[in-house]
Amino acid sequence: MADLKYPEDLKYAESDEWIRIDGDEAVVGISDFAQDALNDIVYIELKEVGEVIEVGEPFGEVESVKAASELVLPVSGEIIEINSDLEDDPEVINADPYGAGWMVKIKITDDSNLAKLMDVEAYKAFNEDR
Amino acid sequence: MTVATETKQDVLEPLIYDLSVPGRTGVNLPDCDVPETPLPDDLLRDDLKLPEVGELQVVRHFLKLSQLNYSIDKGFYPLGSCTMKYNPKLNEDMARLPGFALQHPLSDEAGSQGALALMYQLQEWLAELSGFEAVSLAPAAGAQGEFSGILMIRNYHLDRGDSERTKILVPNSAHGTNPATVTMAGFDVIELPSDDKGNVDLEALRTVCKEKGPQIAGMMITVPSTLGLFEAHILDVIEIVHEAGGLMYMDGANMNALMGQVKPGELGFDVMHYNLHKTFSTPHGGGGPGSGPVGVGDKLKPFLPGPIVEITEEPTEDEEAPVYGFKMPEKSIGRMKAFHGNFGMHVRAYAYIRIYGGEGLREVSRHAVLNANYIRAQLLDTYKVPYPRYCGHEFVLEGRFPEAEGIHALDISKRLMDYGYHPPTNYFPLIVPEALLIEPTETETKDELDGFIDAMKQIAEEARNDPDLLHDAPHTAPVKRLDEVKAAKDLILCCAPALPSVGD
Repeated sequence: MADLKYPEDLKYAESDEWIRIDGDEAVVGISDFAQDALNDIVYIELKEVGEVIEVGEPFGEVESVKAASELVLPVSGEIIEINSDLEDDPEVINADPYGAGWMVKIKITDDSNLAKLMDVEAYKAFNEDR
Repeated sequence: MTVATETKQDVLEPLIYDLSVPGRTGVNLPDCDVPETPLPDDLLRDDLKLPEVGELQVVRHFLKLSQLNYSIDKGFYPLGSCTMKYNPKLNEDMARLPGFALQHPLSDEAGSQGALALMYQLQEWLAELSGFEAVSLAPAAGAQGEFSGILMIRNYHLDRGDSERTKILVPNSAHGTNPATVTMAGFDVIELPSDDKGNVDLEALRTVCKEKGPQIAGMMITVPSTLGLFEAHILDVIEIVHEAGGLMYMDGANMNALMGQVKPGELGFDVMHYNLHKTFSTPHGGGGPGSGPVGVGDKLKPFLPGPIVEITEEPTEDEEAPVYGFKMPEKSIGRMKAFHGNFGMHVRAYAYIRIYGGEGLREVSRHAVLNANYIRAQLLDTYKVPYPRYCGHEFVLEGRFPEAEGIHALDISKRLMDYGYHPPTNYFPLIVPEALLIEPTETETKDELDGFIDAMKQIAEEARNDPDLLHDAPHTAPVKRLDEVKAAKDLILCCAPALPSVGD
């Protein structure tokens, strides 16, 4: 557990998604903690470009040898790009969750939930207690 | 299914197709001594590849496969949430009585009075055990029982002219079939959080009922929960949902903890399903088949799936038997299955209840709960038990150790196989990290439980001192550690020659 990565420039949700904000756009994936807990990921299904998703609603689903989990958007937004490479190689999410394992790029439609997300220190502390 | 492996030498036992040699036969039929009528040409086919093997080869093939198998008859099988209890052999004898086994499903009622009497009595006993008004034996398995129950709730609301109720509450500790059932019946799931003691978060329930009350059709809840915990506020939960106008569905998967202790119907539940293949000792696993009767209170009685068995003619004299017949309930949701449910399972469950009797079934539940609590208490110092309360018939612990990073629940389970035990359920319920869900059932002796406890303690030692022993486990099983990623991604179940599809 000690080796898990926690990039400083991201915000984290309690449901273990990270979000990297860039102006009114953002990239979303799942944290190193999440991929480690899920174990080997074997399948991912993402919603399509153009879909508008409210905060807390699923933008896809990920399945590992252990469990299937919904992927939840940390802020409301419209999907403008999905990482279609993951479909054939979902194990990339295990290998590089913050880089090649990114999942969707969104155009933020409502960022009011941003303030409720955790910074890296808060997310680290959150995971310590789990 | 045979385990597919890389090379021919690794195959433990070939598929029956690979044993096939053209012209080899298992049975020699005598020459035909009656005139032959040729089959119509359009019903004949020459593309059906059946294996050509001798009788002895068939016997050896399936005996070898059965020896690779692990079953409750072979050893301890603490697979949580599944209630893998021993299936008494007397059940099998009863189910094979010719009057039951050879009964044609299209026999008329007059010619089926014995079978109907058995079904009627089983309906009555199940209703008595759970405090419900009526029971239908029709559903073929637990998931179909759930589906029946939720359809009844839907039709109940629609029958009252209320079509606004489109949502069903499901706690986050629920088994996956619950939200799946809700979705399949056309409802939306509202997931409820659990509190830190493993109960439904009452405040969250109150809030959602306040905000969405008129949209709530009902709630599905398992008691005891899949954490093995009795829902401490169950009366409050039922009252809150009823006040919002919803009905209460109890998933009876864990009824093995409750027999003779508490009746769900009397708690206020409107409907529940029973798993005859769990609580009532009919075969579980390998296709069973299962059987998932549903019990209901007065509100849902007219909606039961049918047909159900009723007394159509009361006896006129004391010694006479009544006459039984099938009836579709007044507003029935319809048939769930052709004919009358999995009748062979009704016979086995009947035999089980008959042998134990009311007091005996109460003892069954007491021992199931006692055995689970004994193991839990013995392992408290070795493993983290996330909800330190008395459990029901099963309990969950965390298969991880702070000082043994890299050891997961799966490694512990695989290592248990080396000690001769079937692993417990892994990674379920989802709300416990590295969950191991352990359910010993009532039929194990203290010696057997102690052996399992010792193995669990030794494995915890090994996790610290020799973690590779766990990572590489199982060492003694016929098949070593399987590649689960490959199994999930390259789904090839059979290496028989692909059959041409119809029309080719």
